Amino acid sequence: MAKDTAPRWDRKMQQRLSRGEAAALGELYDRFASLVHMLAHRVLDDDQAADQVTREVFGYIWEHPDAYDPKQGSMRSWVARVTNSQAVSRLRQTEAAALADSGEGTTEELEQKVRRAAVAARADYIVTSMPAPLRAALELAYFQRRDYRQTAADLGVTEDEARRRLRLGLQLLSTANTRPLEGSSPPGYGRSL
Amino acid sequence: MNGPLGGGHGDDDGRDEMRGAPRIPGPRSAADDLDAPARPLFGPAAPEPELPPRTGGGTLGGPGGGSSGGPGRVERPSHSVLKSLLGAWALSACSTEETAAVEEHLGDCAPCAEEALRLRDAVALLHTDRDLDLDPLLRFRVLENCLGRRPARIPVPTWANPYDAETARLDALLRDIGESEWHAPVRLKWFEGERQVSRRTTVAGVIGHLMTVDGLVAGALGLDDPLGPAAPAIPTERTQAFWRGAEEPPTRTIREPWRDQSHTLVRTVSFAGRGVAELSVSYGDFALPLRDSLLDRAFECWIHAGDIADAVDYPYEPPSGSHLHRMIDLAARLLPAALADRRRAGLAGPARQLVAAGAPGRSLHLEVEGSGGGNWYIALDSPAAVGSADRAVAQVALEGVEFCRLVAGHISPEEAAAGQDGDREAIRDVLFAAASLSRL
Repeated sequence: MAKDTAPRWDRKMQQRLSRGEAAALGELYDRFASLVHMLAHRVLDDDQAADQVTREVFGYIWEHPDAYDPKQGSMRSWVARVTNSQAVSRLRQTEAAALADSGEGTTEELEQKVRRAAVAARADYIVTSMPAPLRAALELAYFQRRDYRQTAADLGVTEDEARRRLRLGLQLLSTANTRPLEGSSPPGYGRSL
Repeated sequence: MNGPLGGGHGDDDGRDEMRGAPRIPGPRSAADDLDAPARPLFGPAAPEPELPPRTGGGTLGGPGGGSSGGPGRVERPSHSVLKSLLGAWALSACSTEETAAVEEHLGDCAPCAEEALRLRDAVALLHTDRDLDLDPLLRFRVLENCLGRRPARIPVPTWANPYDAETARLDALLRDIGESEWHAPVRLKWFEGERQVSRRTTVAGVIGHLMTVDGLVAGALGLDDPLGPAAPAIPTERTQAFWRGAEEPPTRTIREPWRDQSHTLVRTVSFAGRGVAELSVSYGDFALPLRDSLLDRAFECWIHAGDIADAVDYPYEPPSGSHLHRMIDLAARLLPAALADRRRAGLAGPARQLVAAGAPGRSLHLEVEGSGGGNWYIALDSPAAVGSADRAVAQVALEGVEFCRLVAGHISPEEAAAGQDGDREAIRDVLFAAASLSRL
């Protein structure tokens, strides 16, 4: 994980992809496929559709490695953005087709569903990218249902620190709700498609 | 990174999600009250919270808490203490007393009330389900699609594909296993002389073994040897040197150097040009051209991935049919020499009919069934002879994965063959020769 934010790895990977090095493509897949698939699955809730998005995302990156701008952030965050926008536009398409077919539901409901799916996927990305100590605290308090004193004891930190981590972790997570929706015009994606 | 404190807007969607959220503590149906600025989040209908006696200082609840404040001193916990509790409160991870104190505070403090709502919405975004294992075939399909859209200028040679695929599959398995599973015991099995032998190690120890033997290939390509420049050339000795040399038992930290090396190998052979396929890789007492050596490493990687998967109770599939076929083909090509070795050691019957080099000789028909299968003719009397259907004196039929397990020393020659026909001695010698291809 630590490497994911290393700009050196990111830049080198971008160069190798631009050069048309198939081995680099394999390494890119090995590093990001589970993230891409997980995010796509969160949006689409369907294995095959997530497979398809995974294929599209890597196809896009392989064809357009220069669309990544290291100044805008890590390659990992860019891959996540590309995935989210691919998955969201696919969801919008299938939902719109279903709406046209059945006539049940409204466009507002559709948009709401799309928005919820995008937020859920962004939240997942935030969880996988947040500092490990924060994730560990949330993991204990939420998934293992430990209270913050037990969480502090499990992590070997003070109760103050445990409270701080839980609060900070949730603050980070809450940005999934408040950031503008990326599905419509993602940076570094829509322009060259 | 700071959370966007005070930057959130209680938008309409948020409310919906909040209602669906699991584990929202307390009777909090009155989120709409937020619309009224600085008014209680919990309307009059909310039950009056029972607060603990307010004698403590800044500490809440716990027995013996509040010693710092001194007796008789006030009162309710400070704003900053209550604020620090908001995350724990949203996760229902505080004591009853603290929960009540926080909730009372939310009625008086608009900024905290706003944050509380936001954090509780965030809790609804946590998921319990874990990511699913990816279908290993997806990697192949994704890469194929990419290369169809934009052909590689520097392709991975096709003979390196099995190694690339098998190391990726094992890596995906390793990503999924937990910290403690790296220390799960694994029994490595192989065949020596007439019988199966084994040695115990751990999951991390197996990865170390794979890495040190892959290091032979790395060395042949001029890359750094993970055991250093003075490392032994024989695979078994290399592994033992690695196990002995480790100050502590290997842990999950072995995954990264193993993976880096396998990625580097694939990358290096991609750049090396066509001739590199025939580069000789020495195993001490024998040598293989690089294309076969990497195929052998792919085979080992799969077999040991299977050992690991058994040890941690995960399912693990065989390689794809085309890769399996190439692995079986390599074993079939190595069999005549292995047979000759055993003959020299007095472990196989004498040669019956020697023929001129390159001429068809007495052969065993190896029929491998299932995915990756096919027909091979193994020259029995000399590695210089050519296997021949016309001169077949015996036939053995078995399933592809079974044959590989035999070659890996995981099953014995006696239990291997499903169907046998013809010269008994030839059959026995070839099956034992197949098992003798295995090593630590």
